[in-house]
Amino acid sequence: MKSSVIVFPGSNCDRDIAVALEKMQFKNQMVWHKETKLPKSDLIVLPGGFSYGDYLRSGAIAGKSLIIDEVIKAANSGCLILGICNGFQILTETGLLKGTLLRNKNLKFINKDVHIKVLNNNTKFSNKYKNNQILKINIAHNEGNYFTDPNHLDELNKEGLIAFKYCDEKGNINNDTNPNGSLENIAGILNLKKNILGMMPHPERMIDEIISNKDGINLFSSLLN
Amino acid sequence: MKFSVTVTLKKNILDPQGKVVENTLINMGMNSIKSIRQGKYFLIEVDENDQSIAEKKVDEICKKLLVNLIIEDYKINKF
Repeated sequence: MKSSVIVFPGSNCDRDIAVALEKMQFKNQMVWHKETKLPKSDLIVLPGGFSYGDYLRSGAIAGKSLIIDEVIKAANSGCLILGICNGFQILTETGLLKGTLLRNKNLKFINKDVHIKVLNNNTKFSNKYKNNQILKINIAHNEGNYFTDPNHLDELNKEGLIAFKYCDEKGNINNDTNPNGSLENIAGILNLKKNILGMMPHPERMIDEIISNKDGINLFSSLLN
Repeated sequence: MKFSVTVTLKKNILDPQGKVVENTLINMGMNSIKSIRQGKYFLIEVDENDQSIAEKKVDEICKKLLVNLIIEDYKINKF
């Protein structure tokens, strides 16, 4: 399976995701944002970081970069797209995913391992997980407070487009287990065709027992499945 | 031709930064404050002599990049 990781000035999780993909036997290429052609890819990853120093709004400038036109074309023809953290913010700025990510409700940059629940395992990104499985995954963001309009929220719920929700280690989903004020504890969403996933937690940081855990591995093995 | 653009969060969107500024000012003893909303300000110079065409261009700039229409409102003023 061939993957491309798009690199923007200010991306800082691009190497981490490359290591994760290569560990899982993806044939990965790094693609600089000024490129106008994408290598043939089954998966395109928009990595975490602070593209363009979060100028204007997180992801706003990256969302207008040259390579993004190609990413949009690929997405519309069914290519799998994964946006992690800043990548999720970029996906909302391009319009590939609806809604937006507001500043964390408590105004703090949050860097900690949190629990998330798998809400839909019937997707290319999550088929190796069990439904309602609880994962411990790191978050590290200042703008992760997902917001969207009521009609879209309705669609997310009805179509099973909410991939992950924040919870505690027992799986309780409520205000106390919501780290950033995100609507309905949403941690990750899919588009209607389910070929695009945007998520704030970092699965690429959870692939090795020595430095964390392996809860992120099944996201990548799902893609290979 | 110069224009100013003010971008603010929509009324129903929580503005935590504005809220912190508001609370701080109240803590400083400025009790007459009702509320504070924080926003962004842009000064844009357009190479165009026709005002209505220039305004349209600024409006396009706002919609395409400066403003996230899901959460923000904007106001264009001739400078």
